[in-house]
Amino acid sequence: MKLSIERATLLRAVSQAQSVVERRNTIPILANVLIEAEGESVSFRATDLDIEVVDKAVAQVERAGATTVNAVTFHEIVRKLPDGALVNLTEDSTAGRLTIEAGRSSFQLATLPREDFPVMASTEYAANFTSTAPVLRRLFDKSKFAISTEETRYYLNGVYFHVADSENGKVLRAVATDGHRLARIDTDLPDGAETMPGVIVPRKTVGELRKLLEDDDTQIAVSVSETKIRFAAPDITLTSKVIDGTFPDYSRVIPMGNTRRMEVDAGDFAKAVDRVATVSSERSRAVKMALDEDRLILSVNAPDAGNAEEELAVAYGDEKLEIGFNAKYLLEIASQVDRENAVFMFSSPAEPTLMREGNDESAIYVVMPMRV
Amino acid sequence: MPALCRDCLETFDDARRCPACRSPRVTSHPELFDLSIAHMDCDAFYASVEKRDNPEIRDKPVIIGGGRRGVVSTACYIARIKGVRSAMPMFQALKLCPEAVVVKGRMDVYVEVSKQVRALMEELTPAIEPLSLDEAFMDLTGTARLHGKPPAVMLARLVKRMRDEIGITGSIGLSHNKFLAKIASDLEKPRGFSVVGAGETLAFLSDKPVRMIWGIGEAGQASLNKAGIHTFSDLRRWEREALHERFGAMGDRLWHLARGEDHRSVKRDRAVKGVSNETTFNEDIASPDLLDGHIWRMAEKVADRLKAKGIAGRTVTLKLKRADFKLITRRTTLPDATQTADRIYSTARALFDRMDHPNPYRLLGVGVSDLIAEDQADREGNLLDPQEAARLKAERATDAIRHRFGSDAILKGRALR
Repeated sequence: MKLSIERATLLRAVSQAQSVVERRNTIPILANVLIEAEGESVSFRATDLDIEVVDKAVAQVERAGATTVNAVTFHEIVRKLPDGALVNLTEDSTAGRLTIEAGRSSFQLATLPREDFPVMASTEYAANFTSTAPVLRRLFDKSKFAISTEETRYYLNGVYFHVADSENGKVLRAVATDGHRLARIDTDLPDGAETMPGVIVPRKTVGELRKLLEDDDTQIAVSVSETKIRFAAPDITLTSKVIDGTFPDYSRVIPMGNTRRMEVDAGDFAKAVDRVATVSSERSRAVKMALDEDRLILSVNAPDAGNAEEELAVAYGDEKLEIGFNAKYLLEIASQVDRENAVFMFSSPAEPTLMREGNDESAIYVVMPMRV
Repeated sequence: MPALCRDCLETFDDARRCPACRSPRVTSHPELFDLSIAHMDCDAFYASVEKRDNPEIRDKPVIIGGGRRGVVSTACYIARIKGVRSAMPMFQALKLCPEAVVVKGRMDVYVEVSKQVRALMEELTPAIEPLSLDEAFMDLTGTARLHGKPPAVMLARLVKRMRDEIGITGSIGLSHNKFLAKIASDLEKPRGFSVVGAGETLAFLSDKPVRMIWGIGEAGQASLNKAGIHTFSDLRRWEREALHERFGAMGDRLWHLARGEDHRSVKRDRAVKGVSNETTFNEDIASPDLLDGHIWRMAEKVADRLKAKGIAGRTVTLKLKRADFKLITRRTTLPDATQTADRIYSTARALFDRMDHPNPYRLLGVGVSDLIAEDQADREGNLLDPQEAARLKAERATDAIRHRFGSDAILKGRALR
């Protein structure tokens, strides 16, 4: 294998691929990136056995071929090369070395044979559809904060991505919950998604996926099977196993009948919650909301540390209500609101509260109150 | 030489018998009224409590420990004469002392008695460092003016009151640091009162074996022996640098201990790090259903202890020992701390479900750590388990019933598995 490639192009491709490589792993080949050159392009493939990323870049290929080198070291070298440099990659298979040359710099890295590199088995996908970066970004960005980190409940360690029935017909939906809060984000069902099986997309995949979605104009081809999901942008393809488990029936826990309605400016609300929570040193800081006729009093009472109170003007016309929440959960849901006011729908101090943006039902959040 | 009668607490100038009550239980020492660091160690604590509560076994050898496969947790002094020791496998203990009465421990009672002893110690000084239920360091420095009596008298009074008011006996070691106090309390057991003064420290230690150092186990002893160190005088011959080179940080400590120096202060209550319970089975168990019953019982015991202490924890640990003695521990951290048996059980059960089954196990334990005050726990409801709130309410109600009518008054069906 012998090729030359522009440094910036190489860096972008390698950095996207190498980030899936598990830093602490005991199998040497999994620390490597597979470089394959053919025709007019070169591809970089990395995997942690659950996720596989393939990045393609344009290159002048003099001699086709493939080899693998340590992903992190390779990435570091490319990162430190001067901007604008032309990089030559030459594989010497008998010596088991890959030479990287740019200007006066020259590096030789040990290689492992490409045959040792695990390539993810291909799957028959049950559904294939196309979406755009902004749509997918909204689905996953607005739900991922609620993903559980509790390893025992592994089926909650991801976003449940599925087709659901809503009042406006079928929608494509992302749901995440850790049992204390829940996010449910809907978008129009793309053509071809009807047959999609519901899958739980792991947390790490959601993080890696984000890198494909930076550019608003990107079209993303999504393929889903019972065991795998694939997101393909023009230059980069991410394939991931999905979590083998059953996502709980979340529809029962979404309180649609809550009647006590409070409307508040989400930004003001978040800042006030953040301020009063400062006095508490507890690990899960409880904030009390006292509501009475267009007035919200936020308070924190930490017997050992101190107390704080702040009053906010809100729209509220129901009977008096006192209810407590984990400050962190309030801040997280409030920060999802970016266009209109936040609307909270309460029931009782012991039952789940619903939050949405204005009257938009396509993104709703449920949060469990906390005893205060 | 100052002297003290441990029966009537009279102080006097040296005599073989107390001039007031004629008791021979006299302690005399040149520094008796100057020393203030003490170690109190109850005598065969669990066994003493059992004998106190059951006069029929008072004159018999008594061993506390569980089951055929368990180990001896305490042996009374009669059983010790036959060679029975703590941590000895039960079958071996019974070979040495077949007539022994084996009693399954009643931890709740021991905890209660320990609290009573603790209350008596609190009257002497706030600086108490418990090492376990039945032993503690006390620093009585500066208390003589408050009590109007030197520490030695107050300590003699403490063990006297333990005997009169609680019905158990203890031994006292009195010295000028923790290391020596701990060694001293062990010298005259039971009902001992030993004093190691500053002036005699070096002579006292000289021919004592280094295994007396608290924290030196068999391995540590072997490595010391290998270096030719058997007694404190052997140890004293070593240069500080040489000890450091050979034993690392421990070497520095050894150098000081060889000279009877110990600068650690008596630390008030070391914070509890975690609460756990475990059980060794009579026979290895592989059945997930049977193990489930044990998970529940251990979770309930841990919850009981957390509730008694008014604390809760965020990390739940499940510990299993396989038939081949391989120890497996799994833990997970909850977003919302708990003290309830229900949540400890369901978390431990989820950890159990993620292990390979079936597998025969000989021991199972459940623990909770990462502790905080109970008012910061179980505050967040569970969206995905709407029944949880009701179950926790039921658990509180059950607790109230058990509190009134005894711990067996009401049980979960699961506990009978």
